[in-house]
Amino acid sequence: MAEIHLKNLAHSYYPNPKGDGDYALKKIDHVWEDGKAYALLGSSGCGKTTLLNIISGLLHPSDGQVLFDGVDVTDLPTEERHIAQVFQFPVVYDTMTVYDNLAFPLRNRGRSEDLVKERVMHIAEMLEMTDVLKFKARGLTADAKQKISLGRGLVRENVAAILFDEPLTVIDPHLKWLLRMQLKALHHRVNNTMIYVTHDQTEALTFADQVVMMYDGYVVQIGTPQELFERPAHTFVGYFIGSPGMNILPTHIDGNLAKINGLSVSLPDSYKFDADKKIELGIRPEFCSLSREEGLDSIPVSIKRIEDIGRHKIARADLAGQEVNVIVPEGISITDEHTHLSFDASQINVYSNDWLVERGAQS
Amino acid sequence: MSLSLEQVSKVSGRDTHIYTTDLTLEGGSLNVLLGPTLSGKTSLMRMMAGLDAPVTGRILWNGDDVTGKPVQKRNVAMVYQQFINYPSLSVYENIASPLKVRGLNKATIKKRVNEAADLLKLNDMLKRKPLELSGGQQQRCALARALVKDAELVLLDEPLANLDYKLREELRQELPRIFTESGAVFVYATTEPTEALLLGGNTATMHEGRITQFAPTLDVYRQPVDMRTAQVFSDPPMNYLSLSKQGQQIQFGENQNIPAMGALANLPDANYTLGFRPNHTLLEKPDTEVMNFTGEVNVVEITGSESFIHLQHADSRWVCLTHGIHDIPPETKLSLYVDPAKVYVFDADGQLVIAPNSEVN
Repeated sequence: MAEIHLKNLAHSYYPNPKGDGDYALKKIDHVWEDGKAYALLGSSGCGKTTLLNIISGLLHPSDGQVLFDGVDVTDLPTEERHIAQVFQFPVVYDTMTVYDNLAFPLRNRGRSEDLVKERVMHIAEMLEMTDVLKFKARGLTADAKQKISLGRGLVRENVAAILFDEPLTVIDPHLKWLLRMQLKALHHRVNNTMIYVTHDQTEALTFADQVVMMYDGYVVQIGTPQELFERPAHTFVGYFIGSPGMNILPTHIDGNLAKINGLSVSLPDSYKFDADKKIELGIRPEFCSLSREEGLDSIPVSIKRIEDIGRHKIARADLAGQEVNVIVPEGISITDEHTHLSFDASQINVYSNDWLVERGAQS
Repeated sequence: MSLSLEQVSKVSGRDTHIYTTDLTLEGGSLNVLLGPTLSGKTSLMRMMAGLDAPVTGRILWNGDDVTGKPVQKRNVAMVYQQFINYPSLSVYENIASPLKVRGLNKATIKKRVNEAADLLKLNDMLKRKPLELSGGQQQRCALARALVKDAELVLLDEPLANLDYKLREELRQELPRIFTESGAVFVYATTEPTEALLLGGNTATMHEGRITQFAPTLDVYRQPVDMRTAQVFSDPPMNYLSLSKQGQQIQFGENQNIPAMGALANLPDANYTLGFRPNHTLLEKPDTEVMNFTGEVNVVEITGSESFIHLQHADSRWVCLTHGIHDIPPETKLSLYVDPAKVYVFDADGQLVIAPNSEVN
């Protein structure tokens, strides 16, 4: 188990990087706490796999160091970092039994069969695999094979961290639920530092204590799932987290009044901005509501489309040329006569040049 | 335009891939094949395309028997999970390729390629090679090529599975519009219930080589004919409870019982399975008459605005989806409440007996 310090870390795939633009991973300095679960979240090309490969030792960073519990491991190869890795596709020996698969890393290191048995049984019990130990791996489902991959990493003593690279990609939705739950329960038991790379927000949010949101080589926010949902630090985080993502509406703000194409919205706080700043309001579809009658602070919209997706509906509304998505809870009827949109004012975020303006920062 | 499968089956060696199946799909319709891996989605599509011949039965196109007619002689387009483009051709040439094969004149080709590129937002990338594009753009190129053909049957086999989550969200929103604008029969295979709901249209749920139900997508979701269908069409999985109805009581687990309420009260005495969706569980007792269960928390997953509480209830694993952040420690005993109007009841054979009251719209 280890605390991981990413010390002034950056990486460029070019030999002589010139500006920020040449860096696939822009400079970061973070300490990731021992025993916590982190998710690296972002779309393809955002730098998340680069960062993971630096931590695992597959890639040597062009700048900075990686420290495990204060010890510099930057120059150590993967096999000397004592990490367990789980990849997109399960890595198992199909012709071996589950038991032999799990025992393999220990036998390879010449451990006694007594110790092998003790460790394998312990891990199998944690992964709920004791009843398939005698089966050949070949006949198992993708999720069972993925658990073997994980078990082979965990079976060794003193694992510093467990790294997951999109581990649920090949798993069917139903088994995803089960495997995700087992991973989470496992984390409660082993308390290893875990790092999980994914582009899937649900996986990241449900797995992690802390989500590391990446965009274009930058770490734009590190926070709890709740922080990322309620107070996205950057408009990209607002867009990326949530389905649909946050509504981002260009606006002009004067004091506590925001104007969207001439329509007024009151804000809980007062702001003052330089004229050259790009100012936007961020409001999640969950905090928007539609009604037939004009309300105190409602603004007129027209409904373009309503999508019923079972659990709730998504209404796509037009606000003076801007698309605004509204989530309508199940059981509440909605028609194109619902032309008055209201925001839960306490949940409005204000962005200046794409970055969140902290409340109370201006007064 | 219509495609009909009549008594079609597919057997290979000792494995039955598709049991005897009947299915009719109409022109201008979007039809989702929803089921887990190996449930028969691809086998069914390959027969529709003419890539494989069925062992029994007939395939009819507008009433004409086309069984055994090879794919080259049918007007079919396919898009696979893996993006397939010609790497040495530009995006423009890729999209144009099926039209060139057909020998259309340059002006017509240009018009059609530009229309398809417009639809899939590829206008700025027409001169690039596929490998210079992102995954999403490559798949859009493959989709454009399928659409430009004006095929009468378009088969999409998990086309978004290899794309980033956010990109999938955007394409899913665009696809139904593209489908309705064409007049073709669209068939779309997916493993994801949410994707079927977002696409709308009709859904055929598949389980181990059989279509368990085929109807408008929301109807299948709200009124699944049996437990298998309910299971295939739920994400998170539906919660189940085996029970025995005796008089005015229902019994379950080890001598637990609660009053038979709601529609359950009118059922004949027998063994049933109760099903309810994770989003229809309540942690606080409402004023109305509700079923009350106690489970033990396994683990809680928090999405930022909602919590998925995984519970152990006797031998069953349940998921309870609630608004807000509920960080409850493992092994906590938790009461949960279910509105009897929101439950499904299946008989001993797994057939639907009661579905929840349909919501007003």
